[in-house]
Amino acid sequence: MSASSAFNDEKGGSSSVGEPEYGHDPASGGIFSSDYKRHDDLKEMLDSNKDSLKLEAMKRIVAMIARGKNASDLFPAVVKNVACKNIEVKKLVYVYLVRYAEEQQDLALLSISTFQRGLKDPNQLIRASALRVLSSIRVTIIVPIMMLAIKEAASDMSPYVRKTAAHAIPKLYSLDPEQKDQLIEVIEKLLADKTTLVAGSVVMAFEEVCPERIDLIHKNYRKLCNLLIDVEEWGQVVIINMLTRYARTQFLNPNINESLLEEGGGGEKTFYGSDEDEDDDDEDDKEKKAEAATLAKRKPYVMDPDHRLLLRNTKPLLQSRNAAVVMAVAQLYFHLAPKAEIGVIAKALVRLLRSHSEVQYVVLQNVATMTIKRRGMFEPYLKSFYIRSTDPTQIKVLKLEVLTNLANETNISTILREFQTYIKSMDKDFVAATIQAIGRCATNIGEVRDTCLNGLVQLLSNRDELVVAESVVVIKKLLQMQPEKHSDIIKHMAKLTDNIQVPMARASILWLIGEYCEHVPKIAPDVLRKMAKSFTNEEDIVKLQIINLSAKLYLTNSKQTKLLTQYVLNLAKYDQNYDIRDRARFIRQLIVPTEKSGALSKYAKKLFLALKPAPVLESPFKDRDHFQLGSLSHLLNAKAGGYQELPDWPEAAPDPSVRNVETEEVVSTSEGRIGLLGAWREVPEWTKCSSREKRKEKKVEKPFYSDSEGESGPTESADSELDSASGSESGSGSEESGSGSESDESEEGSESEQESEEDKEEDKKKKKKELKKPVRESESEQSSEEEEETKREKKSKQRKSDSESESDEEEESESESSQSESEDSESEAEVKKKKKAADSKPPPKPVKTENKKEKKEMSLLDLDDFEPSPSPQVTPVNTFMSNSLVTDLEGLSLSDSVLSSATITPSSASKSYELLHRITGEGLSVEYCFSRQPFSPDGNMVAVQVQFNNSAASETKNLHMEDVKLQCGMRVKEFPEIELLPAGEAATAVMGIDFCDSTQAANFQLCTHTKKFFVSIQPPVGELMRPVFLTENEFKKEQGQLMGMNEITERLTLDAKCRNEHTIVQRVTTAANLSRVPCGSDKECRFAGRTVTSGSLVLVSVVTKEEGAAQLTVNCEKMVIGTMLVKDILLALTQ
Amino acid sequence: MIHSLFLVNASGDIFLEKHWKSVVSRSVCDYFFEAQERATEPENVPPVIPTPHHYLISVLRHRIYFVAVIQSEVPPLFVIEFLHRVVDTFQDYFGVCTEAAIKDNVVVVYELLEEMLDNGFPLATESNILKELIKPPTILRTMVNTITGSTNVGEQLPTGQLSVVPWRRTGVKYTNNEAYFDVVEEIDAIIDKSGSTITAEIQGVIDACVKLTGMPDLTLSFMNPRLLDDVSFHPCVRFKRWEAERILSFIPPDGNFRLLSYHVSSQNLVAIPVYVKHNISFREGSSQGRFDLTLGPKQTMGKAVESVLVSSQLPRGVLNANLNPSQGTYTFDPVTKMLTWDVGKINPQKLPSLKGTMSLQAGASKPDENPTINIQLKIQQMAISGLKVNRLDMYGEKYKPFKGIKYMTKAGKFQVRT
Repeated sequence: MSASSAFNDEKGGSSSVGEPEYGHDPASGGIFSSDYKRHDDLKEMLDSNKDSLKLEAMKRIVAMIARGKNASDLFPAVVKNVACKNIEVKKLVYVYLVRYAEEQQDLALLSISTFQRGLKDPNQLIRASALRVLSSIRVTIIVPIMMLAIKEAASDMSPYVRKTAAHAIPKLYSLDPEQKDQLIEVIEKLLADKTTLVAGSVVMAFEEVCPERIDLIHKNYRKLCNLLIDVEEWGQVVIINMLTRYARTQFLNPNINESLLEEGGGGEKTFYGSDEDEDDDDEDDKEKKAEAATLAKRKPYVMDPDHRLLLRNTKPLLQSRNAAVVMAVAQLYFHLAPKAEIGVIAKALVRLLRSHSEVQYVVLQNVATMTIKRRGMFEPYLKSFYIRSTDPTQIKVLKLEVLTNLANETNISTILREFQTYIKSMDKDFVAATIQAIGRCATNIGEVRDTCLNGLVQLLSNRDELVVAESVVVIKKLLQMQPEKHSDIIKHMAKLTDNIQVPMARASILWLIGEYCEHVPKIAPDVLRKMAKSFTNEEDIVKLQIINLSAKLYLTNSKQTKLLTQYVLNLAKYDQNYDIRDRARFIRQLIVPTEKSGALSKYAKKLFLALKPAPVLESPFKDRDHFQLGSLSHLLNAKAGGYQELPDWPEAAPDPSVRNVETEEVVSTSEGRIGLLGAWREVPEWTKCSSREKRKEKKVEKPFYSDSEGESGPTESADSELDSASGSESGSGSEESGSGSESDESEEGSESEQESEEDKEEDKKKKKKELKKPVRESESEQSSEEEEETKREKKSKQRKSDSESESDEEEESESESSQSESEDSESEAEVKKKKKAADSKPPPKPVKTENKKEKKEMSLLDLDDFEPSPSPQVTPVNTFMSNSLVTDLEGLSLSDSVLSSATITPSSASKSYELLHRITGEGLSVEYCFSRQPFSPDGNMVAVQVQFNNSAASETKNLHMEDVKLQCGMRVKEFPEIELLPAGEAATAVMGIDFCDSTQAANFQLCTHTKKFFVSIQPPVGELMRPVFLTENEFKKEQGQLMGMNEITERLTLDAKCRNEHTIVQRVTTAANLSRVPCGSDKECRFAGRTVTSGSLVLVSVVTKEEGAAQLTVNCEKMVIGTMLVKDILLALTQ
Repeated sequence: MIHSLFLVNASGDIFLEKHWKSVVSRSVCDYFFEAQERATEPENVPPVIPTPHHYLISVLRHRIYFVAVIQSEVPPLFVIEFLHRVVDTFQDYFGVCTEAAIKDNVVVVYELLEEMLDNGFPLATESNILKELIKPPTILRTMVNTITGSTNVGEQLPTGQLSVVPWRRTGVKYTNNEAYFDVVEEIDAIIDKSGSTITAEIQGVIDACVKLTGMPDLTLSFMNPRLLDDVSFHPCVRFKRWEAERILSFIPPDGNFRLLSYHVSSQNLVAIPVYVKHNISFREGSSQGRFDLTLGPKQTMGKAVESVLVSSQLPRGVLNANLNPSQGTYTFDPVTKMLTWDVGKINPQKLPSLKGTMSLQAGASKPDENPTINIQLKIQQMAISGLKVNRLDMYGEKYKPFKGIKYMTKAGKFQVRT
């Protein structure tokens, strides 16, 4: 065939392509020859080297596949194009291949090498799609290739490829179940994956391949719970369903106590009985006691925190737009939540009733099951189940079911009124269901039984046979349950026989009268008389019942009815219907005693008047809840293939520690805290010390002991505490060295420079030792002598100050905690000055110091969880804080439950800056520092503590601010005017400045009663933020969002003194007001904060490498802040 | 999971089949046809049908049955929800989801189905991602494609699938940046014979059409968020923010989407916008029935009630109706016995009415049920619950978008029993 003709063919084809003609492909009509020919030109098009021709051909082939036409004979022609460059052709070839490879295995192998090449492609999309198609080709020979590909893809860099690998697992499993063990390994590996993209798919694979290997979930349980909300919706459904099953095996029944009470100790009793023999007389009494005792003995149920985690993390998903997710959460709550908490799901399920009718159908089925167990839950939504005439019948019937289940004494009248309107419906199936529902309401609720019966009796006159039949059946059932009330209704029904024409109804009434003829002895014969009269005109079923009635009456009341019976039987004998003739003959033999009658006649009464069992009216949804709700099996009420039974709660909880994961520990704060508390108990000295004195000594001595004896902390688990403690100690040390002036000292303008220099020198050494004590013992030994000296000196000093006055405690705490002053050759006068300064503060000192002590301890024990460097040494600095802040701290120390947000913002290090020099201020010196406390009047402001020191001879009055000059947007909250500052006194005040996240200075005038000084406050960039607490995951997530321009990375070489984690943490937190973020690796320190004004996230991470090399990364939306922060931290870390 | 999918039209023909695992013979649908035959109405076909080896889960949309074949345990709602998502996607792609549209676009349909499920497990169902993968057909593109032979399959990786915001495609650009929100509320009510309300509730949705460049971060706040009782969100909405501040904060998908659907708390009394005076009666023994219906506005807060449409399924015995509307037009279908009256706008000065007689089958007994009346209506520029959007702010992008908000009230399942 020439190329041109082929082209023409194609032209003809293409005009009809893409386009309506597809559907009406003439070939589908089908003469074989034309079909054959068509395939021929398709082959030609596929063989051509034009992509457009190939595409057209493929499109037509796919259209054939879609219509279910066989296109398998094109396989060789199509498979050649598997390596085609055109992406759409390629995709369509894949579609074809997946469809027909199974049938043409040998030819399909031709394509494998293409996919194998694709698996190595640098583009993740191509890798993924190659794996997808490769795994979809159901050819057994390539199982090893698939296995290899899956294994490789499972450790691919791209989460998308890993997801595809997870999808491929069940494909391979269904192709060759023998690969199960290897596949489980892959699943195990993928389960550990931390990306949300993979989580849903791998759990799906888990469910298909090895749902019984619940042990694989342990390690990933918490991660799955935490990721859940970010997983795509389909994955959520699968994960939630799997976790429901998991939770059933791992946790205790949260309703265990309640169910014990409910069941009235049924189980308990037998248990008890086996122990002791009990008298039946006071059994009730004893039983109660015993029950109470066992209840008391039984540990009060405490929900496993992991169980709680699951419930908490799934709850928001009730708000999902996806009905399947909502249903999955609902069933999880139904099966796992404590009774009191289940209620939350009702609202969400009712919401689903607004959805498509198929969704309604499934939801109503589940609601029906739920209402049997927990009726109260849906009662408030009763009206949502009212039926509309436009609902499809199956929905109507289900709604009816729910309404019936919800009926109780209080709402039955409204429900019955509703039912009344339903009975008039045109939809007769629905009416029949309504009648049954009324019957069930009547049996369940005694109060309305009569009303219902009356209503039903009225229905007997309905024209519709179905309605009548249903009513009679229901009435019959009701009557059978309540023998004592029979007569009235039966009498009423007997009267109805005159009017009711519907044969079915007449027959039913006659049956009833016959069955209960003993209750209506007078009426029954009369009814029979009337019936005998009209016998010949009755319908067949009625005739049969007349014979029945007469037989029963003959047996009970033969005197009155003998003749009537015989008359009826005679009439029946000549009836046209042979059934009736037969029946008459049979009954005559049975009841009328003759010589020939056999032994049976003796039992005639037993035969006819046997007690018929009362039918049970109960919901078809009873006991369906042993199937997991929301499952296919539940819907069908039969076990579907592959259904995993919902296990019963375990008797005793399995070991919860199997779920512990090291990295996870860091992430979940509550866990972390619990662990630390445990450790805390292992160090009893800390807690046992009741007297303040002792505690102090301990505190002072501790570092020495550990120094000289080379201890390295009590236990492994307590390590982190110690770490943070030492970290914070060192914190103040380096702060000193960094700023060169701890605020205490710097205010003492008279202190000589050299002295302080010396101090620092020594201090530093000391700090270093303390810091490195676990690691560098040799050094500590070297300096231990020196240390000893210091200690002795300090001790003596302490004793001295102890003996002085109560106000000394202030100084004590300083000396003890910072240890620097102890060696100072401060003059007594200086000390006194300081004391005075402290004295000027009103609150009772002892309390304050105690608070501080406690705070210290708390910080040692608990705070490190939140923030790595709550340095005890800082507390003396805090003496400058206003009283309110001190009381704040007091609040902190009271209980660790208050530790939440307030502790996240510790005042770890407040560097002081000079605002006004003593000389220029003519005796008045002013300093400021950033207290890092939240500024309570305005959260957007940075709190600045201003310290005034009047070293002039005369007093200063009316200290206040004036003439504030600010950059646009900045705001200042002035400090309250200080009316009087006597000579030699100091005072502090707090002001707030909103720096608008810039490092612009705030300029203002500081005024006294005589002078004005121009001053300015410029914040270091690190003070423009406040710490926030993030979990590791949140941190990573946020960091992921702040990439590109918002990320600044610097390499640096760490200062020799700053190569361990604590120093880094300490230095960074000193440089910037950030809080530490827990991190799994000890090579990395992470910090987080938000800028004070705009609340933009500031994320800092420091990754340490060998030999002091490190990498600093700052992510911040505000690039200027980021850049400046990088500089500052760099400086802090390299100095 | 989902093994195969069959599309069945109203006349019971399978016009499309797709298999994700090995091929299931289309004869499995015979069980479905059986059930279809048994059902009196099309919507009464049970959604789940067990067969000896498979289970059929089906949904009915636009008079097409989407029949999914599954082989083992799977949550039925999972399949149903997915099938509805498939229909929504088709509608999104082709404008309508009819047999003709599907047949016309059979290749696109096939490509879509291929992307949406992998081995029967949903893979990509977000319309934004799918559109990145497979471009929706437009007349222009179809023409260009036919001429140039170019493709409508995307060449790049659907990056959305990997990003933190999988619902939004990247690199969105518009010259006019616009964000429109429609607050649509529907009143579901049952009114009894005497005109008193048996049950009434308000269900609302906020549908959005957002065409904004880049990665905008929107917040939408309400004047009275407490009105919203039960809400369900598009996955883009930050749930925590809603919990804490009752503010909708989200990075929107591109294009049309349903941001939120809500239920107004049942404590609030629902204003019923119209009342119906009716007198429909059949006399025993006579072949005539009277039909008399008058509509009037009730609590409409001064807004006009528009697009009123009254429909009623008359009893089977009614042969014909001879009615006289004071406004609008009416139709009566003698086969389905469906009476529809297109009223239009209600003029409070001159209330619309429909009066006349119905002729009944001679000799037939009086129908024992009066028909229920279904009403559809629209009220523009008002959300009947009183919900008001306070403000819409955009962060993360520099430009100033054009914002618009529209309120509308509709009758949902509004029934009057007579």
